[in-house]
Amino acid sequence: MVSWTAVYVLWLREMKRYARAKSRIIGSLMQPLFFLAFLGLGFNRMAVPGVQSGVSYIHFLVPGIIGMTLLFSSSMQGLSVLWDREFGFLKEIMVAPVSRVSIVLGRITGGTTTTMIQGVLVLLISMVMGFRLGSFHFFFLGLVFMVLIAFTFIGFGLIFASKMKDMQGFGIIINFIIFPLFFLSGALYPLKNLPLAIRVLSYADPLTYGIDGLRGCFINVASLPIALNLLIMAAFALIMLFLGTYFFEKSESV
Amino acid sequence: MEADMDAIRVENLTKRFEDVTAVNEVSFSVSQGELFGLLGPNGAGKTTTINMLSTLLKPTSGFAEVAGFEVTKNRDKVRKSIGVVFQEPALDGKLTGRENLEFHSMMYGLNRDDRRRRVDDVLKLVELTDKASVLVEKYSGGMKRRLEIARGLIHWPKVLFLDEPTLGLDAQTRRHIWDYVKKLNKDNNVSIILTTHYMEEADFLCDRIAIMDYGKFVALDTPSKLKDVLGGDVVCLEVEGDPEPLLREFKSLDWIKKVSRQEESLHLTMEKGERRIPELITIAQQLGITVSCVHLRKPSLEDVFLHFTGRTIREQEAGLNERNRMGMMAHGRR
Repeated sequence: MVSWTAVYVLWLREMKRYARAKSRIIGSLMQPLFFLAFLGLGFNRMAVPGVQSGVSYIHFLVPGIIGMTLLFSSSMQGLSVLWDREFGFLKEIMVAPVSRVSIVLGRITGGTTTTMIQGVLVLLISMVMGFRLGSFHFFFLGLVFMVLIAFTFIGFGLIFASKMKDMQGFGIIINFIIFPLFFLSGALYPLKNLPLAIRVLSYADPLTYGIDGLRGCFINVASLPIALNLLIMAAFALIMLFLGTYFFEKSESV
Repeated sequence: MEADMDAIRVENLTKRFEDVTAVNEVSFSVSQGELFGLLGPNGAGKTTTINMLSTLLKPTSGFAEVAGFEVTKNRDKVRKSIGVVFQEPALDGKLTGRENLEFHSMMYGLNRDDRRRRVDDVLKLVELTDKASVLVEKYSGGMKRRLEIARGLIHWPKVLFLDEPTLGLDAQTRRHIWDYVKKLNKDNNVSIILTTHYMEEADFLCDRIAIMDYGKFVALDTPSKLKDVLGGDVVCLEVEGDPEPLLREFKSLDWIKKVSRQEESLHLTMEKGERRIPELITIAQQLGITVSCVHLRKPSLEDVFLHFTGRTIREQEAGLNERNRMGMMAHGRR
């Protein structure tokens, strides 16, 4: 049913494209870097209400910015089906004698790999800027959270890419879905500071649990128990991957 | 596999999109090793037909079998048996020529040895060996087309679909591609289905041609038989002033088989046109009509198209655009 050669070659293609797009890598690192530099350093001397005492703002911010990087990178990966459609390469993939599930798996593995590289790079950069990990063994659980965030939003991107015929709705998705998901997630400030009505929306945002989980793993400070965050994140990842695959399979390729 | 099995069998194939019927009850078959052409203007339904046969679109109704497998039920077996060169390039520009071919051969499940050998073989076939490690985004249009044709052949397909293989290429490159297609068809006994709206391309390449118009086949035969239908040469006379009296006069002559009028010029069908031209001019002079231009055309597919559809392929395209505009205006009013 699943052709592992096809999964591998689709993954390999993604790696080659990623390695060759040097400007893309640098460009996509600039945004989190600016957030870290200007928000992190700017607010670091101030006490942001709701941030637990003893935690500097930059420590609070880093997991949020990693979450943001993962959100943007992975939804772009899911939406990259649109580029392939635009440049015609999707047809080459779709006429190949491999199951559609293999094609989706290839995209997910490729997208997750590049997204994880981005996320880890941002983590490394923030360590250069003074960020310190809380405990070492929780670091690996943090990586699990990162993978789950990547899965969730790749699936999410695939759903939209399957429903859209061209690039026209692209800007709308970025401005009206991705950015709100980012701001609602509590990446920049504690959710306690938000009015109740908006906080309700925040708790419908998968990224909220991903970032809270990352805070729990990286700086030992989280508003929900890590296990609960993990469970919710895993559920979101599974549902999104399933829906992404389902819609991709159903979509007409031309 | 039986030697005389048809490569393609299609019965009453239909595809409807919302309010348009793109392909309407089309039936035909293509034998193994045949070079079959689908000729028609843009929007006639050629690409939709190819998309259905290559499993990318689901037919609304009807039956289609490629290499012995039904396109709706045995998709993967059909996919394994066909190579497709799409109308628009379907290459990854960020990969090199060789990487594009390797991607393809892995997707089609070739083992390592076959892969290396086949990629080298097809690169040589289309003379791209020395460009193999260049990124495809740096290729010219003609090189991309050749690479795609090469790619379509890697996995030994029984049927190759070429959708407008020379669209937008210069005359020299087009000639080049024609030669490849002919050679492929001869050397490998691969059946080729080619769509085109270039008359000379269909004429030069195809064993049989189906003329497609508004989703239907209006004629299907060998190029020479299609031309025979016309019954001889076509002489075109351009006249100054009103051509009507001349038209009436020509219609009464029994050696002129067919008369038609295209604005200022008259199209006359007859045997041995070159010997009749002086006579035609004399008749015009007797009626006091000045002939400003004469030309003789041996029958071409263009005329065949005109014969079957009542329009030249160019007018047809203009008309289609007109129709689309009208359609849009109608939508806008609603």
